[in-house]
Amino acid sequence: MEVMDATTLPARLAETREDFLALGIPDRLQLLLEFSNELPSLPERYADHPDLLERVEECQSPVFMFVELVDGRVHLHATAPAEAPTTRGFASILAQGLDGLTADEVLEIPDDYPQSLGLSEAVSPLRVRGMTAMLGRAKRQLRERLTAA
Amino acid sequence: MPAEFDSAAKFAEYAHPERLVSTDWLAEHLGQPGLVVVESDEDVLLYETGHIPGAVKIDWHTELNDPVVRDYVSSEQFAALLGSKGIARDSTVVIYGDKNNWWAAYALWVFTLFGHEDVRLLDGGRDLWIAEGRALTTDAPAVTPVEYPVVERDDSAVRAFKEDVLAHFGNPLVDVRSPEEYSGERTTAPAYPEEGALRAGHIPTAASVPWARAAAADGTFKSREELDAIYRGEVGLDDGDDIIAYCRIGERSSHTWFVLSHLLGFENVRNYDGSWTEWGSAVRVPIVTGAERGEIPAR
Repeated sequence: MEVMDATTLPARLAETREDFLALGIPDRLQLLLEFSNELPSLPERYADHPDLLERVEECQSPVFMFVELVDGRVHLHATAPAEAPTTRGFASILAQGLDGLTADEVLEIPDDYPQSLGLSEAVSPLRVRGMTAMLGRAKRQLRERLTAA
Repeated sequence: MPAEFDSAAKFAEYAHPERLVSTDWLAEHLGQPGLVVVESDEDVLLYETGHIPGAVKIDWHTELNDPVVRDYVSSEQFAALLGSKGIARDSTVVIYGDKNNWWAAYALWVFTLFGHEDVRLLDGGRDLWIAEGRALTTDAPAVTPVEYPVVERDDSAVRAFKEDVLAHFGNPLVDVRSPEEYSGERTTAPAYPEEGALRAGHIPTAASVPWARAAAADGTFKSREELDAIYRGEVGLDDGDDIIAYCRIGERSSHTWFVLSHLLGFENVRNYDGSWTEWGSAVRVPIVTGAERGEIPAR
């Protein structure tokens, strides 16, 4: 989607988009699977505190996520079961793409970024909505952290 | 030539035992000429993480639905799809998938619209196959494309439209969604995304039987006796009944359609695939909220 201003898109997310769009439809699925496999496990401090994680209701599979702001830098942690590789892939794209950004940079990510990855044909628009919901929740949690700070 | 039927004692109790195969049967028959194994899951990537050796994938959303019109693929699209998967008109197709074969049953129902004769489900689906420690692979299957004929899709026998449901009052309806959706507390399954129904509740007179009640803890279908107790005993369905099942978009009700048609032998069962996402947004159709079935609406 050319309407999105590339200059405001953080480098990692822009690169991810270029990578997806450079591929044919079947290979986009494979790349999403690679992201899925790369989703890191939760840090110990969250593994012991499931209460800190928020469930993303809009996703078909159970996915829990938590945004933290440490020394002005954003980190997104997420967990989803192995039986939900698509959801894990979405979470992984965001976890990698948001990591280390400032709060302002995250809040400026266009809400329709997930629709710009060329995944609608590969996984269907309905499923991509799950990723849009995750991005929305990440931003909302971040705003809550900023207000609380 | 169809593959031999699974003669398991459990299946012999069902009305159409030829519609199911066990994991034992499939393990023995894998690779047999004329047999094509198809995985169909809710998650579009699950197949890629590991599948039954030789199985091909069919995705309900990107391959069985028309991308523009809310409908299933055309005869030409279906023929091209099946041919590309190495499925011939006389192939024995065994479908399996995640979540108690939820999406596998949906794919089987779509195959039925096109009159594919020999299509069966793997009892217990993907989860049972894995739980039993059977072989999985990430290797892409070697598929030789074949010619699948262009056959007319026949929506009359197993598919119901909104107009059919409006004309159906007085005959049994089965709502297979969650109790929360049935009563009108919510429009989507708990923990599922909003798929755009404007009103909540159920179609008047529909009995509530959440689809997964037909599955045992290991994902296999419950026994004939247990299923009869639910659908004949509890709901009151009778031989000769004209039955319509529905859910939210017609996938969960495909599972119930399979149970009623193939396991219990009801001969007139249709799946209303428009389901709640159509009914709950349609203008001036009757809706009942709460746990009671409600009365037949006045015309």
